[in-house]
Amino acid sequence: MSRTIADAFANGKAFIPFITCGDPSLEITEQLVYAMEEAGADLIELGIPFSDPTAEGPVIMAANERALKGGVTTDKIFDMVERIREKTDIPLLFMTYANVVFSYGAEAFCARAKKAGILGLILPDVPFEEKEEFVDIFAKYNIDLLSMIAPTSDDRIAMIAKEAKGFLYMVSSLGVTGTRSNISTDIGAMTAKVKAVSNVPCAVGFGISTPEQAKKMADLSDGAIVGSAIVKICAEYKEECVPKVKAFVKAMKDAIR
Amino acid sequence: MTNLKGRFGIHGGQYVPETLMNAVIELEEAYNHYKNDPAFNEELNQLLNDYAGRPSRLYFAKHMTEDLGGAKVYLKREDLNHTGAHKINNVLGQALLAKKMGKTRLIAETGAGQHGVATATAAALLGMECVVFMGKEDTIRQALNVYRMKLLGTTVVPVESGTATLKDACSAAFKEWTNRISDTHYCLGSVMGPHPFPTIVRDFQAVISKEIKEQCLAIEGRLPDVVMACVGGGSNAIGTFYNFIEDKEVQLIGCEAAGRGIDTAETAATIATGRLGIFHGMKSYFCQDKYGQIAPVYSISAGLDYPGIGPEHAHLYDIGRAQYVPVTDEEAVQAFEYLSKTEGIIPAIESAHAVAHAMKIVPTLGKDKIVVVTISGRGDKDCAAIARYRGENIYE
Repeated sequence: MSRTIADAFANGKAFIPFITCGDPSLEITEQLVYAMEEAGADLIELGIPFSDPTAEGPVIMAANERALKGGVTTDKIFDMVERIREKTDIPLLFMTYANVVFSYGAEAFCARAKKAGILGLILPDVPFEEKEEFVDIFAKYNIDLLSMIAPTSDDRIAMIAKEAKGFLYMVSSLGVTGTRSNISTDIGAMTAKVKAVSNVPCAVGFGISTPEQAKKMADLSDGAIVGSAIVKICAEYKEECVPKVKAFVKAMKDAIR
Repeated sequence: MTNLKGRFGIHGGQYVPETLMNAVIELEEAYNHYKNDPAFNEELNQLLNDYAGRPSRLYFAKHMTEDLGGAKVYLKREDLNHTGAHKINNVLGQALLAKKMGKTRLIAETGAGQHGVATATAAALLGMECVVFMGKEDTIRQALNVYRMKLLGTTVVPVESGTATLKDACSAAFKEWTNRISDTHYCLGSVMGPHPFPTIVRDFQAVISKEIKEQCLAIEGRLPDVVMACVGGGSNAIGTFYNFIEDKEVQLIGCEAAGRGIDTAETAATIATGRLGIFHGMKSYFCQDKYGQIAPVYSISAGLDYPGIGPEHAHLYDIGRAQYVPVTDEEAVQAFEYLSKTEGIIPAIESAHAVAHAMKIVPTLGKDKIVVVTISGRGDKDCAAIARYRGENIYE
């Protein structure tokens, strides 16, 4: 029986790293998955690059551009995930944009994602009101479309949480992805609003870059998601990034354990 | 069942990050309230008339009509508006709405700079802070408009990501809105983006077709046979079409920027070369590759250099109510020169795309036919760039 999203939250706080597929290459992406799992990652978000990633800050945007320039395509990423699946059953999610899935054909996309053992998708430009575009097809393939809540969600939190699948992605701050020195949102209050209506696990993302921040956010929720800080290491060390990312993920996981 | 809010057939919708959902809902509620508020409308009409100079003229282009030897040509002179383009119609409406909503800061994207200048103008008039995002490439192509915005007290942010043109400016403006919502209104410049923008912008631009209808009836005693306009996102075109959509005998033609030709990669003709997608908050047609990556489009016109088209246009195309035709850089430049020489009117290079198609179809129509071409803006901003296109090395 392969692992599920729920399994990622079954042993204490979850650490969820994000990397952009194909930055610096798909071979390195594959090695990063194994290394991050060894370092204690509970679930991994794989970014399928998009030409115009409107929820991303400069770090992940640049990674998207580099990956696309390097010739990465959705099909090549599916092939890579299938190779990964031969070696590990770590829970994997895709994070990308609506047009990448829509253009591929949601049905065809899900068929390939299912075959590659992808458990869920995060599509930041598909809010609650538009999820009908995809959910029925995703459900048919048993793939979760994850929901997000933001500091501006307020009265929308209960509505979103009640229908949330997999885990609920809590956006820590206004703005786009990227490291922040300070997260001022009352994450504890957001979590409480979710827990009042749902048992779905909640993980916090956007702006987390240090073990201290990760611990603080994980203490207030069920886990921490880290993207830009890892992508920054990939950008700096390129082909040599695997041990550096591994050490970073280990430090983060150790902090929230 | 998909979200029915803001749909035009299958197009439109609200594909925005959760962070912006309450902002677009708040905007929709405010708009639905104020659009029927007599005091708001009186204030807006006063601004449109006394400040922006409406109504704009419907001018009979006598020389062009004689020269082309076919239908009668009328020009809807949006170029005569304050700030030199149709953009001010929408901006005054949105800025006033933002002010009523308690917002103190406007942000906007701009391509050619016309929408940026209009937004900067409204911000100066209404005492609001203003930041305009403009592709780095366009700040070079339209340097004069950058200076104009600065003169009006606006901060211009050059956007260097992606193709450094209109789509990237638009993405940057959306990101800034995600970052700062409470005091900021995103004054979107075209009939695109998430609901309610395509509806709000269309309603504020519909004054163009409302006036054309009244003016044509007054002058000719009947409706025109054809109304046409250039299309990037499509705001002046939807403004030109809107009040004629139910008048099935009036032909609606949108002129897209084909750049170096629709058989090349250097084109921005969305209907001719794009396919259905989801981007910038809406479902519509987009220029994209087989994996859904948005294409790096090109046109000589910074204002039409956009890989998508507003959702209502996509729907009018689907149902066959409007027709969309590609016009190349070269054809647009020839039309730019033609209208300057024949009528003494220098049109914006964007508007010249519509003039170019008029030059093709007017001779094929009988002398009893009436064609209205919307001149969406004036061409002063383009003179240096067109001179360079023709090999004259002048700089502003």
